[in-house]
Amino acid sequence: MPTLAVWKFASCDGCQLSLLDCEDELLAVAGRVRIAHFPEATRASEPGPYDISLVEGSITTPGDARRIHEIRAMSRLLITIGACATAGGVQALRNSADVAEYASVVYARPEYLDTLATSTPIAAHVDVDYELHGCPIDRGQLLETIGALLVGREPDLPAHSVCFECKRRENVCVVVAYGEPCLGPVTRAGCGAICPAFRRGCFGCFGPAETPNDEAEAALLRSAGMSGPDIEQMRHLFDPATEPEGATP
Amino acid sequence: MSHRHDRLIDVPGLARVEGEGAMHVRVRDGEVEDVRLEIYEPPRFFEAFLRGRRHTEPPDITARICGICPVAYQMSACAAIEDACGVTVPPGIAALRRLLYCGEWIESHVLHIYLLHAPDFLGYDSALDLARDRRDLVERGLALKRTGNDLMEAIGGRAIHPVNVRVGGFYRAPAPADLAPLRERLRAALDQALETVRWVAGFDFPPFHHDHEMLALTEPGRYAIESGSVVTTGGCEFGVRDFERHVVEEHVPHSTALHAHLAGRGRYLTGPAARYTLNHRWLSPLAKEAAEAAGLGTQCRNPYRGIVVRAVETVYAVEEAIRLIDAYEPPSSPAVRVPPRAAVGYGATEAPRGTLFHRYELDADGLITSARIVPPTAQNQAAVEDDLARFVAGRLDLDDERLTHQCEQAIRNYDPCISCATHFLDLHVDRGATAGGVTGEGREAPR
Repeated sequence: MPTLAVWKFASCDGCQLSLLDCEDELLAVAGRVRIAHFPEATRASEPGPYDISLVEGSITTPGDARRIHEIRAMSRLLITIGACATAGGVQALRNSADVAEYASVVYARPEYLDTLATSTPIAAHVDVDYELHGCPIDRGQLLETIGALLVGREPDLPAHSVCFECKRRENVCVVVAYGEPCLGPVTRAGCGAICPAFRRGCFGCFGPAETPNDEAEAALLRSAGMSGPDIEQMRHLFDPATEPEGATP
Repeated sequence: MSHRHDRLIDVPGLARVEGEGAMHVRVRDGEVEDVRLEIYEPPRFFEAFLRGRRHTEPPDITARICGICPVAYQMSACAAIEDACGVTVPPGIAALRRLLYCGEWIESHVLHIYLLHAPDFLGYDSALDLARDRRDLVERGLALKRTGNDLMEAIGGRAIHPVNVRVGGFYRAPAPADLAPLRERLRAALDQALETVRWVAGFDFPPFHHDHEMLALTEPGRYAIESGSVVTTGGCEFGVRDFERHVVEEHVPHSTALHAHLAGRGRYLTGPAARYTLNHRWLSPLAKEAAEAAGLGTQCRNPYRGIVVRAVETVYAVEEAIRLIDAYEPPSSPAVRVPPRAAVGYGATEAPRGTLFHRYELDADGLITSARIVPPTAQNQAAVEDDLARFVAGRLDLDDERLTHQCEQAIRNYDPCISCATHFLDLHVDRGATAGGVTGEGREAPR
């Protein structure tokens, strides 16, 4: 039976929880793969190599920057799960800030900390075979990916935008109908267009789609009444790689 | 056997907890000299990068502190910001928040009971191993957990990091028809929850007793979840706005979680046992009856019995969810406006693991100028370390492997959420014979 390992870096645990949240499928999955390392679920741990490694979280400490190389070396396929592992996560908001100042704000004794100035995605450190985006990842995409790999086909992971999912769900467009700012046109599909279904604009938690039209998106957000700095902050939250636009409205 | 008088035990990577940490125990001349929970969850600096963000953003941003209890973060954040802005949400919105929170209590408690904690009592490494022998039990747990998640999805859009919560209320209030199918599921869940109480009540609980002060929110007339004022078993009573006057945090070298103490009084515990001890009179008759039948008295001071309290609270949360759905009428507007003003706001709610406090300071434009978050695991750390020191002292005759395993179990009693603590477990027991001291680096090997 193929072996599965789950690894954690800087993160909230939500993406690996997605696996335990597959309540109807969890025992079936456990019947098809041997869970060889998954500390959140089991204290038993088998040594590598592993057929599939799921990696959650971003790289934020010197020790983690070394550890990911050891995990890559033990893994036949390495799949990053979630916004932290694929893009750096919300904690990458530190990347454009002074991390020493950050440490002094949160901790009385910053000298006790061992942290890097940046929060970076796994792919910035090692080769990654597949990426599951989202904050958190979608359970369906996780099952699709594990299932596809077990039968030896490519997982179906769309790179188009949330707009397509909105149409398929027959959501009313929140920008057109309600003037809500929405990142749907430039955000990667996968969530099932949840936010627009709740009359809320997409806030981009799956990161950018493959070929986002950023200029058209900026115009759309301005037409919904947003100013330049607010647009920048909204886009920055789950897409820290986005270059700051500057102060131009 | 001299090695039992001076020894070092090392458990790298505590399993079946949320997040990452280690435990160090140093034994000299047969005495426990030091016990430290080392939290090596990397710092993520939420309180720092919240500065400069809009007052509308903390529910989405702070949810990302914890994937197991995001609603707790969203609810404490909303409470604090609404407090700053002088806004009180109407009863309909408050009721919908409580209903969403019940979903999280069910999901989080059942995760801990079935997937993280029960395997310890039954001698399994995991629930997946348990399922090989008793698939029916694990399936019952997963079905119950799923009902909690489905409740969260119906109201919040998704179970992990719900999207429908905003400062002032919700983006869209569910229609009664959206909740109706859940009512039937919750009826089945109530039976599953009661069976869960009976099941865990039959576990073998090692004798252990602590006398820590315990702290929880309290609210007359009902079991406090999404609002209340603070009360302790030592007789302290104070409002949420005075939390920081009574609770002080310090930064210790071995942890990225800050340790909290009650000013002038010392360590304390928050969480299900604290809530039960302080508020059990406000449980529903059915939950009280289940607690009594399970052998819980008027207080819970044996950490092993925490699993029973979680099961009783699950019964309560399921019943409360049914009651709230029966009484549900969509609010006239899903949210009220929360215009910003320059002010400081305070909020606290009962996360599944205990009292979760937020404070935000806003400027006149609604930008956050400072933020402070005090999660339950950080508050509990000092008390848990104290319990572990006494726990280890009574078990020094065990070999390292058994001692290590039992320490892990003792820690899981508290359902520590290390991601929340940001800031938690490898076990290192230094018995002196093998090393000069506790190693500083808790983790070199891949976990």
